[in-house]
Amino acid sequence: MSSFKQYSILPGFNLALGFTLLYLSLIVLIPLSAAFIRTAELTWPEFWSIATTPRVLASYRLTFGASFAAATVNAFFGLLVAWVLVRYHFPGKKIVDALVDLPFALPTAVAGIALTALYAGNGWIGQFLEPLGIKVAFTPLGIFVALTFIGLPFVVRTVQPVLEDIETELEEAAATLGANRWQTFTRVIFPALYPALMTGFALAFARAIGEYGSVIFIAGNMPMISEITPLLIITKLEQYDYAGATALSVVMLVISFTLLLIINLLQWWSRRRSMQA
Amino acid sequence: MVEPAPQHASLRTIMTTTITFPLAGKTFRQRATQEPVWVRRSLIGLALVFLTLFLFVPLISVFYEALKKGMEVYVAAITDPDAVSAIKLTLLVAAIAVPLNLIFGIAAAWAIAKFEFRGKNLLITLIDLPFSVSPVVSGLIYVLVFGLQGWLGPWLAEHDLKIIFAVPGIVLATVFVTVPFIARELIPLMQAQGTEEEEAAVVLGASGWQTFYHVTLPNIKWGLLYGAILCNARAMGEFGAVSVVSGHIRGSTNTMPLHVEILYNEYNFAAAFAVASLLALLALVTLALKTLIEFRNKQHQKQRGLE
Repeated sequence: MSSFKQYSILPGFNLALGFTLLYLSLIVLIPLSAAFIRTAELTWPEFWSIATTPRVLASYRLTFGASFAAATVNAFFGLLVAWVLVRYHFPGKKIVDALVDLPFALPTAVAGIALTALYAGNGWIGQFLEPLGIKVAFTPLGIFVALTFIGLPFVVRTVQPVLEDIETELEEAAATLGANRWQTFTRVIFPALYPALMTGFALAFARAIGEYGSVIFIAGNMPMISEITPLLIITKLEQYDYAGATALSVVMLVISFTLLLIINLLQWWSRRRSMQA
Repeated sequence: MVEPAPQHASLRTIMTTTITFPLAGKTFRQRATQEPVWVRRSLIGLALVFLTLFLFVPLISVFYEALKKGMEVYVAAITDPDAVSAIKLTLLVAAIAVPLNLIFGIAAAWAIAKFEFRGKNLLITLIDLPFSVSPVVSGLIYVLVFGLQGWLGPWLAEHDLKIIFAVPGIVLATVFVTVPFIARELIPLMQAQGTEEEEAAVVLGASGWQTFYHVTLPNIKWGLLYGAILCNARAMGEFGAVSVVSGHIRGSTNTMPLHVEILYNEYNFAAAFAVASLLALLALVTLALKTLIEFRNKQHQKQRGLE
């Protein structure tokens, strides 16, 4: 015991840690392990054939492609929004700042039906895009729009605090040494923001991969074309194909855990970078 | 931001460039660490256009679509018996999930922030795990444990207990997706506060509960509230996980987001948006309270800094 925990005069360690571990085991760890244990009942070739049918492969391509595109757009606009919120003053800034978190607070189903109504052929935004030949609702483009919506706060909220902490002395030094604003941004400010930006990108990407509620309304859900992997899991469940649904969920879990590991490494890098600065 | 130290003030005056606009005939000074006005304005403009298209317009459209057919249709939609039962179930689920995760959050933060033990970082990662799991998978794992084909399924069926496609399953799935919210608010907060105040209380003879109630709780109450508000918003709005375990039985296992989906799929758009507008209001109240607490914290920190 002494090597496991440092001595403290405060009481309640055993109770608090015991309850924490019990709760986590019952709510999170045992149910999650069920997915892996049930999948282990399959042989490797069985698992592989379930996880790589053409329809499943198409859903991976779509899920990853749309998530990557949405996270990239979010990285760009998230940086822009964070920059504008930290560096500039304009009327209504406080309200805008608060509303950036809207995608966190708004239930995904509400976001889904709202975006679908907007981007449908007769919607507020869709009616201007349709004559140009751009269909958004019920196509993969709609999935991209929904994923962009839900991912935006991740980039803004990871970049914003780092940007607030950058000292103006660095920029003044760059200016006295003859750098123009663009050079200062690309050579001084951006390198300091880069780890946080990557973290935000990875968080938005990870969230987008698992997203379900906001996507299914706008996606159209056509097999091979606009069917995301989480939806495919639900479809399999509704057909009582538990082995198939479980196998796909294990694929998703392994991807999520890998991304979680990458995000932790990025955050560690980000902290180290800001400590050096 | 910290006020510039006096020695920098002179530097700032040196580091301004004088720009003359020939047309306006005006002269003004621009700081070397600031962008020209036109760059600033276009960046602000671009950011606002993006936010308007992607955030504000969808939000406004929810209320517009809800009220498009008039107040009568709106009121009818939210007082419909199925809608009322969905609202009640959503409130019930949140009323169970939030307190459970509140107790968990306090216990986890007490162990992690006030003590040093091995494997702490692993424990913190495990607490965050539900955030990285797809909502659909979060629901599915409970089907694997409690469903008819699941580990406990046959035993539950024998004893006539229903968890999947019933309220307990909805509660469990909601608890799963909201596990990290309060704990991750409290852990950094309690770590920053250290253990000295609690140690002083214990040395002076306070019991563990007295120490927690009179020393720790007053220090963390705003963080606790902050976490609880975010946890509540997610608990009431969760869709994917709940959708898998609910069975979509109208008037009995439908939460508000699921009711929105059913109405929408029946092409009853006005009613779907009416129920959705209640959830959007919840989101706005959540954001307002969150901003208020953040503002209060900043004021508090400033005061502490002045003392």
